[in-house]
Amino acid sequence: MDILRFATAGSVDDGKSTLIGRLLFDSKAIFEDQLEAVERTSRDRGTEYTDLSLLTDGLRAEREQGITIDVAYRYFATPKRKFIIADTPGHIQYTRNMVTGASTADLAIILIDARKGVLEQSRRHAFLTTLLRVPHLVLAVNKMDLVDYAEERFEEIREEFTAFASKLNAADLTFIPISALHGDNVVSRSENMPWYHGTSLLHHLENVHIASDRNLVDVRFPVQYVIRPHNATSQELHDYRGYAGQVAGGVLKPGDEVTHLPSGLNTRIAAIDTFDGPVEEAFPPMSVTLRLEDDIDISRGDLICRPNNQPSVAQELDAMVCWMADSVKLQPRSKLIIKHTTRTARALVRDLQYRLDVNTLHRDEAATSLGLNEIGRVSLRITQPLFVDDYSRNRLTGGFILIDEATNGTVGAGMIVDAR
Amino acid sequence: MLQRDYTTSQLDVLEAEAIHIMREVAAEFERPCLLFSGGKDSIVMLRIAEKAFWPAPIPFPLMHVDTGHNFPEVIEFRDRRAVELNARLVVASVQASIDSGRVAEETGRRASRNRLQTTTLLDAIEEHEFDAVFGGARRDEEKARAKERVFSFRDDFGQWDPKNQRPELWNLYNSKIRKGEHIRVFPLSNWTELDIWDYIRREGIEIPSIYFAHTRSVFERDGMLLPDDEVVQRDEDEPLFEAVVRYRTVGDVTCTGAVVSNAVTVEQIIEEIAVTRLTERGATRADDRASEAAMEDRKKEGYF
Repeated sequence: MDILRFATAGSVDDGKSTLIGRLLFDSKAIFEDQLEAVERTSRDRGTEYTDLSLLTDGLRAEREQGITIDVAYRYFATPKRKFIIADTPGHIQYTRNMVTGASTADLAIILIDARKGVLEQSRRHAFLTTLLRVPHLVLAVNKMDLVDYAEERFEEIREEFTAFASKLNAADLTFIPISALHGDNVVSRSENMPWYHGTSLLHHLENVHIASDRNLVDVRFPVQYVIRPHNATSQELHDYRGYAGQVAGGVLKPGDEVTHLPSGLNTRIAAIDTFDGPVEEAFPPMSVTLRLEDDIDISRGDLICRPNNQPSVAQELDAMVCWMADSVKLQPRSKLIIKHTTRTARALVRDLQYRLDVNTLHRDEAATSLGLNEIGRVSLRITQPLFVDDYSRNRLTGGFILIDEATNGTVGAGMIVDAR
Repeated sequence: MLQRDYTTSQLDVLEAEAIHIMREVAAEFERPCLLFSGGKDSIVMLRIAEKAFWPAPIPFPLMHVDTGHNFPEVIEFRDRRAVELNARLVVASVQASIDSGRVAEETGRRASRNRLQTTTLLDAIEEHEFDAVFGGARRDEEKARAKERVFSFRDDFGQWDPKNQRPELWNLYNSKIRKGEHIRVFPLSNWTELDIWDYIRREGIEIPSIYFAHTRSVFERDGMLLPDDEVVQRDEDEPLFEAVVRYRTVGDVTCTGAVVSNAVTVEQIIEEIAVTRLTERGATRADDRASEAAMEDRKKEGYF
């Protein structure tokens, strides 16, 4: 059994909570006490139906105001897979939360109301999903019951969205007509839409192939922590020196020739250690400890790769940055802390090339700053070299966060598009 | 040539993520500690810590907030594990907080030291200058926890502000704090109760005996089975009876209920959980039943 992480995009009006509630309920991930609590609260509020959004809106302020204010994580499993849902709110601080939820997602579900068709917000959801390089996208055309389960309506929406998505260079795209309320095509195939020959949503989630989405080609091992037992009683342990980290790309094997950055020195992998014994190969997302044949001065923030396949060693970066703070804006000359893989440095904003309108994709080159939930292309100068790949090639070596030195808050997320 | 399939099992993914989180903390904080109660989640967390730094010892102390109302089997287990791992164990005592007048003991039949733990915990964090505190909480446990970050910022009063949390992207965690502030770190955020048990089974991890079915003298209150114990006040209309029970969660004796069960092996526990229709906290924790936002309110004050 493996794990699929997916994000859901859409508002309550699109039936998102109903859909999640149905997935959880039909997979028995909702327990009786949770359902009773939700039913009780729904009754107290005078709602006639059981409001399943109460399951995900866990904070007092959310229940009081009937809104979702943050990413909520929900869990369910079928015999085939474990699922982690990043449920992001539809309105408040939408971009910031969707970017957060999408950053780790293997798949995103965008909900469309069959009566309303492709709206501005559907395009925004598709753009953000593509920007974050979520490998699989599902367009769930919901409320098919309200358009008489009409194939023509579904096809219209499919064509309109496909035309838009081709401009985005969108990922693997699947369209599924559903009714979350009635359960059509959610867990099992619907008899109401005999013209639909695809699978149900849950079947798709259970079977979509994700193992090859990780980068297994470019070896990238950011050194996270140096393990030195300093054990005086055991000679072997006394001299032990292991480089611990989580594989960010490629497949490493004992005996492989590797290069250490920033030194550029070459050596070989002597062993790949784990608590459970040495392993013959390591690949994402394994956390392992490398031992190397030669003594090289290696510390946290360094990177191990292959001699003939190295990342860019860069102090000048261009990145798409999503700004996440309302207390301060991003503008030229801003100084920030940047955290990229296991390396933390300082960054100077050299230029804001343009601000992107996430609804129209219009580039505003006259913009002078990025505010909360705005996205733009930014040029940064870093105080020390980072070992980077384009985000489109590797999400882990291509993504970074920005931290405000004054408040210590996480104020931005960046996706590298060019490095020098 | 057959292409190797690099599919990774859910337990391996969760373990790798938790190890990454532990190493990140060890690398970026000066004085971390790991909350170890002897409960199943903290036992799994301790195994992850063992794995993350092997063959070196765990590079931080363990801390237990002892209400003085714990199950003796669990305290024995706690002490033995600390010795086996050669780890330093810090015990922060709620009784000491009461004796020194920092907190006042609750009275009445529902008296519990559950809420008092927060003061003891925060005092200990301050006294030892801990800047990162590992907790075994999971997001599937409770709805307020579903929104909590892996690195959860606490201000210098130890408070959690759920509306003002730092965004968390990819596997990048923001560890920046000022003196006096700290981060609560939850490496098991993405684990479910079933994952914990599957992992205990896979790894062959020892757990305290009260998790398995045993005969105990209990009484019923609000649909929960509470133990016959000198610290639990029982009314005359709450008769004692013998039952075969086990614990799904391990907390303070006064507010942790047992469930009727015949499960005497980890496999049987997993079978039982797979068909249960109640959450573990809903079934066994009086502390969460106080109100709909009971957990959120305690967490804001600095609770685990």
